[in-house]
Amino acid sequence: MREISFRDALREAMSDEMRRDNRVFLIGEEVAQYDGAYKVSKGMLDEFGPKRVIDTPISESGFAGLGIGAAMMGLRPIVEFMSWSFSLVAADPILNNAPKMLYMSGGQFGCPIVFRGNDGAGGQLGSTHSWCVESMYANVPGLKIIIPSTPYSAKGLLTQAIQDDDPVFCLESERMLSMTGDVPEESYTIPIGTADIVRTGSDCTIVSFGRPVHFCLEAAEALAREGIDCEVIDGRSIKPLDIDTFAASVRKTNYCVVVDQSWSFASVGSEVAAELHRVCFDDLDNHVHRVHSDDVPAPYASNLEQEMLPNARKICEAVRSVTYNA
Amino acid sequence: MTAIPMNQTDPTTESSPETEVVSLPTGDVLLGWLRDMMLIREFEVRSMQAYQNRLAGGFLHVYNGQEAVAVGTIAAVNSDDPVITAYRDHGHALARGMKPEVGMAELFGRIGGCAKGKGGSMHFFDAEHHMYGGHGIVGAQVPLGAGLAFATKYRDEVIDGGKSNHVTLCFMGDGAINQGAVHEAMNLAAVLELPVIFIVENNLYAMGTAVERCTAAGTHLVERARAYGMNAACLEGMDVLDVYRGMKPLVDRCRETSRPCWIDMRCYRFKGHSMSDPRKYRTHEEEEQWESRDPIERLAAWLVDRDLLTGENFKQLGKQVRSDIRQAVKWAEASPPPGLEELHHDVYTGNWGPYTGTSKPEFLRRRRDDQETSGA
Ligand SMILES: Cc1ncc(C[n+]2csc(CCOP(=O)(O)OP(=O)(O)O)c2C)c(N)n1
Ligand SMILES: [Mg+2]
Repeated sequence: MREISFRDALREAMSDEMRRDNRVFLIGEEVAQYDGAYKVSKGMLDEFGPKRVIDTPISESGFAGLGIGAAMMGLRPIVEFMSWSFSLVAADPILNNAPKMLYMSGGQFGCPIVFRGNDGAGGQLGSTHSWCVESMYANVPGLKIIIPSTPYSAKGLLTQAIQDDDPVFCLESERMLSMTGDVPEESYTIPIGTADIVRTGSDCTIVSFGRPVHFCLEAAEALAREGIDCEVIDGRSIKPLDIDTFAASVRKTNYCVVVDQSWSFASVGSEVAAELHRVCFDDLDNHVHRVHSDDVPAPYASNLEQEMLPNARKICEAVRSVTYNA
Repeated sequence: MTAIPMNQTDPTTESSPETEVVSLPTGDVLLGWLRDMMLIREFEVRSMQAYQNRLAGGFLHVYNGQEAVAVGTIAAVNSDDPVITAYRDHGHALARGMKPEVGMAELFGRIGGCAKGKGGSMHFFDAEHHMYGGHGIVGAQVPLGAGLAFATKYRDEVIDGGKSNHVTLCFMGDGAINQGAVHEAMNLAAVLELPVIFIVENNLYAMGTAVERCTAAGTHLVERARAYGMNAACLEGMDVLDVYRGMKPLVDRCRETSRPCWIDMRCYRFKGHSMSDPRKYRTHEEEEQWESRDPIERLAAWLVDRDLLTGENFKQLGKQVRSDIRQAVKWAEASPPPGLEELHHDVYTGNWGPYTGTSKPEFLRRRRDDQETSGA
């Protein structure tokens, strides 16, 4: 199979769907003439023209709302946020309109829309630009959240998201856009809400989402050298959560660590832990341990930022602790 | 010559009732402006170097070319008038009096930085110099700017029982004016009669987007403000004397009447949007045209013409400024990174859970103390 980058995989998903379905269009800041602030949409203006690849002013609330209105009319917008940090400016349309349209209209108007962009710390961008929005947004019923960690899942999940009839938030990472991996040339989908076991093991389950999956794999290698054999699961979707896959693994290993890059309070991590405590209560030999970003705004200084974010060292510590190897 | 010909909107204070003759300050003050602009330029040259050498991280947006705007506008207000801007903020902070070493240390993420290394390039704050930040979210600072003006007026009138006597300078880019928050703030400032001057640093581009591609009636930004009943002017921002002369009567009027005002300040950023911008959206010829109007060269030539500066003095000044910034870099490099205890410091003012309070809780009491002192 050929190897392509994460950014190319995202573009293939969008372009394939735009070729297949002329209701699909892309809108956002710098997506057209500039080829995307992070070059994800490179060349798309040339192929699809300015009616389907649309540059906007810096008006997140406006163009997010515009996308929702278009989706109510049956179009299938892909709305790019340069960063999910900037989606906060559009909190009302994306949280108050998109996910509630179907319900509020008694089923008359749906909202088949994709919002996508970079999530998480980009590297010393400071607290306004380093948001991990997953936990905050996952709290809202009516929306779905996908968070690919490889080029393969990026293409499959985003393709599914564009075909999906409900609003889907696609959380990417600036830090992974250049990462390469095997991706089929033909179009394919990955069902939203299905996790992937990326490393099998027998001693402890590590569940994670998005970029930290790679830190988990790094930790698992280190722990293997200490004789702790970890199973690493890439959740791939946050809403819905594939609790069944997590639980099946925990029934085998009896221990679990959840790694979630957002803050711990009322988070994806706390949700996974609570659900596993409910469904695997008798299988667990310790309570689920969690690794998050520290509960502070993201600092600029490199040493502080590294200390704040999840990393392999912290994951190793959590696994040792949960398995009583500390 | 540019996407928007300079002559399309005549830089004038069109809505001023009468054209006021603004006298310039003394030669010494003008030399000070020259030095300030040179200091900003050199600071940016060294910050780009530092970024390339990975001494600075994150996003870096430099101010080269726009120096006359920060220096000329800030010269037209009092030293205790609040200033707030976006993420392209080094020039404003330095023009406001921030020590270059403190700014440089912030870029390096060091404890000696203006925010102890916690804010970075986009978030320069300096309470002592009434600099209310660098703000990273486009447009976010504009409602805050209205709030600063609300507070000065409230303090002057309600707490001190006098007449509103401060003016807030609130800067934004041409791209920011399409944020909803900016329009809400403009309306609020007009309705509540807030003494704030909104300054659009119209450098013709928001990242790769030329202003007329994303802004309706983009060549007539003043019309937006006039629709809110605001006094508005288009000023030439490449010449610090023009900036000052245009600003001074507007500042005086804003202080006098406590009514907001809006300025379309025509300027140009000489460098890319940030450090990763190949600038394919504009021509080399256009860049050269604007570079030939370099605000530093321009003031220097003006001063030489009037025998206020010699070529030799200008060279000397350049040397001095380079040495000052070299010192600043040294100082910043010598400043250590913040200790890990800083992570949980300044999150809350008090101590609880993992949090260890804040370093300068005096700010909470500042105004009340003033009042008690003056009442005693
Ligand atoms: C809400 C929000 N959206 C997008 C961005 C990304 N962004 C940073 S600067 C910028 C362009 C702003 O241009 P302008 O306002 O003209 O200021 P200039 O850079 O020219 O000084 C964009 C889109 C952001 N920081 N905040
Ligand atoms: Mg601009």
